[in-house]
Amino acid sequence: MLQLLVGTDFPLMKYRRFTYIFSGTLVLATAVWLLIHGGPKLSVDFSGGTLMRIHINQTVAPDQLRKALDAGGLTGAELQQLAGTTGSEYLIRLKGGEGDVAASVQNAISKAFPGVTIDTARTQIETVGPRVGKELGQKAIWAILGSLAGILIYVGLRYEFKYAVGAVVALFHDVFITLGVLCFLNREVSLTVVAALLTIAGYSVNDTIVVFDRIRERNKALRKERHSRVMDIAVNETLSRTVITAFTVFLTALALLIWGGEVLRDFSLAMVVGVAFGTYSSIYVASALALDTWISLDRRKGIKAE
Amino acid sequence: MPRGDQWKLLSVILATALSFWYLWPSYRYYSLTPDQRNRLPHAELTDLRRKAIHLGLDLQGGMHLLLEVDKSKLSVAEAKDAVDRAMEVLRNRVDQFGVAEPLIQREGENRIVVQLPGLTDRTRARELLGKTAQLEFKLVRTPEEAKSLFQRLDNYLAARGAGAAAKLDTALQHQPLTGHFMDFGGSSAFVRLEDTTTVGRLLATSGLDSIIPGDSQLLWSNQDQNFQGVTGRSLYVLKRTPEMTGGSIATAEARVGLESTNPGAWGVSMTMTPKGRADFGRVTGNNVGRQLAIVLDDKVSSAPVIRERIPSGDASITGSFGIDEAKDLAIVLRAGALPAPVRIIEERSVGPSLGSDSIHKGLMAGAIGSALVVVFMLGYYVLSGGVAIVALVLNLVYVVATLAGFGATLTLPGIAGLVLTVGMAVDTNVLIFERIREELRNHKSVRQSVNLGYDRAFRTILDAHLTTLISALFLFQFGTGPIKGFAVTLSVGLIANMFTAVLFTRMIFDFMLGRGKVERLSI
Repeated sequence: MLQLLVGTDFPLMKYRRFTYIFSGTLVLATAVWLLIHGGPKLSVDFSGGTLMRIHINQTVAPDQLRKALDAGGLTGAELQQLAGTTGSEYLIRLKGGEGDVAASVQNAISKAFPGVTIDTARTQIETVGPRVGKELGQKAIWAILGSLAGILIYVGLRYEFKYAVGAVVALFHDVFITLGVLCFLNREVSLTVVAALLTIAGYSVNDTIVVFDRIRERNKALRKERHSRVMDIAVNETLSRTVITAFTVFLTALALLIWGGEVLRDFSLAMVVGVAFGTYSSIYVASALALDTWISLDRRKGIKAE
Repeated sequence: MPRGDQWKLLSVILATALSFWYLWPSYRYYSLTPDQRNRLPHAELTDLRRKAIHLGLDLQGGMHLLLEVDKSKLSVAEAKDAVDRAMEVLRNRVDQFGVAEPLIQREGENRIVVQLPGLTDRTRARELLGKTAQLEFKLVRTPEEAKSLFQRLDNYLAARGAGAAAKLDTALQHQPLTGHFMDFGGSSAFVRLEDTTTVGRLLATSGLDSIIPGDSQLLWSNQDQNFQGVTGRSLYVLKRTPEMTGGSIATAEARVGLESTNPGAWGVSMTMTPKGRADFGRVTGNNVGRQLAIVLDDKVSSAPVIRERIPSGDASITGSFGIDEAKDLAIVLRAGALPAPVRIIEERSVGPSLGSDSIHKGLMAGAIGSALVVVFMLGYYVLSGGVAIVALVLNLVYVVATLAGFGATLTLPGIAGLVLTVGMAVDTNVLIFERIREELRNHKSVRQSVNLGYDRAFRTILDAHLTTLISALFLFQFGTGPIKGFAVTLSVGLIANMFTAVLFTRMIFDFMLGRGKVERLSI
């Protein structure tokens, strides 16, 4: 029988000060990044504007392409060259979503480069008016708040206070740091990324629940033990399943990231990062915080605990 | 086999059989080559397409538009049914794009979603959809005039060899055009729906314009009609110069009791503006007994017969209207009187090749991800891992069948949802198997361990599923197209998983353990 991480007895809780610093640093770094940049980089879904993916039969330097767009009155375009199989693929981002911006882009390109043809079968266009973008943003925020509230209520009903605090903080931790990683990598937050963040929110609690159920079970059996010892036993006992369940999801998310194509890239990246942090946080944020809440609650009642 | 397991087995067999029943049309539809599809009878193909799983625009390519009706220049009364009017106008225009399954749907207060799958000429679509509606009243040519025109067209086309393709059908050789008419009565011809494209192509033959008199034109009816149980459209011969335009109409509404002989019948009552009243009196006075076609954007909505001169400007249109038809016609008339301008506020277009790329990449990622999971499960849990994989396959079958059965749409994020479901579905079995291993290590018997493993892991599994389901439901709520597809696959996957990964695998274990004493379990 193949076994991984079975019968371990790592003194995991002993190191929780270090991981608090680690997690705290990441959360702080994300917060600082967001403050400096005035929030995450938003895709056209939320900011409004036009995103075009075009495929042309010749390679044109992005600088020249930009010049062509400027000449066509399309100033302030953000250009990015993608690795194409035949010819070249470009991503073009433009502000303003009124009128047929995409047609103007096509005209400007064919005017500046007479020999160049744009493959319409390989063109993708997303134009979102500013008001629609704003509405989508509001909807996204409500969806995030709503599902967080839903999970909070569920965890609150299901567990005692000390556990709920840990689970909730871990949940915010996972979603926030995933957002941070996307920001550091200069990725945009689009509708699909929001979908990934919400999935992570739901999934983050999964791993935590596995550990918490065991802590409760062990807590009944080991009343005499120190709290941190009970935690260590429970976490070690569930270590293999915590890691294996995350591993299978991680595998599929990784497959999406590598082979799923450009359209799913940000989504899969968020999933990979979120699942990794979700696993770590179920031990070192959720359980560790539950332990500290537990200790401080006991101390307040005048019981000496550690 | 215990009684409980018999029920489990029965439900698994039933669910699986039902799934394959729902998956069959999808398999058939998507395994047909375009050529084979063209050869299928029209009705059968439509039915198959309806029952097959729908692909989102991001996968099949096409155009998604969100339009907003601009009410800023309309008074409160005028704005009241502006969105209905705009939708009627759009519906009238949409079949010009020749796409198989166009969708026009109202969204919220004053917005309309238009989806045109497979559309490639997006610039033309934007122009056509954004154009202001034009309503005209045109005289229908007399049956004799129409008949002689059709004959001349036949002769011209036959001489040009347009009928040569139909070697076996002599009628079509001599009458390339009218041979396609199922009926020619009065002043319009009825053409079966499947023949309309052919007829349209014939009418576009170069040089044909020279045969049609300058002041005549051929126009189609705006929607499918039923004639002797056959669906089709009417082709009208009209006088090109309009007698009046939509600006002459003040109001129009659907009503009952317009006809004294048939008081229960629906019809449309229409009032003209003071200026329109004089024109209308003159037109009706000069043409009693003839048909006056109501033409919206070059499509004939209705062609009532003028019974008498109407000097008052209060006209009623009666005939064999149902309530919906009467209401539609009234909306058409109002749309022409008071155009409701629309603006495009969101567009998402995907080229067809990009769509099929996405399908390939999504399936590729899914195949590799699944293969990795399968290898891991077999390597780590051996035979039990195999049971989990069978459960996983069942889960995927159920999810895709549910999507097909409920007419849900599969999008690229939806495929991503399926791939993630693979990873999350085996989690359930990992939780159970780890628990069983633990009980085995505590020297419990195999049967006891299996029972305890399932019972003790159940609560955890339920919790884990519920929290993810909460997120998925909120996603669905806010969902726009592709995201909704993701939320749906994820939710259905989670629910199906409670059935396959818990109930089904338990049944297999019970079956494997049988009644005898089992010493070892491959886990």
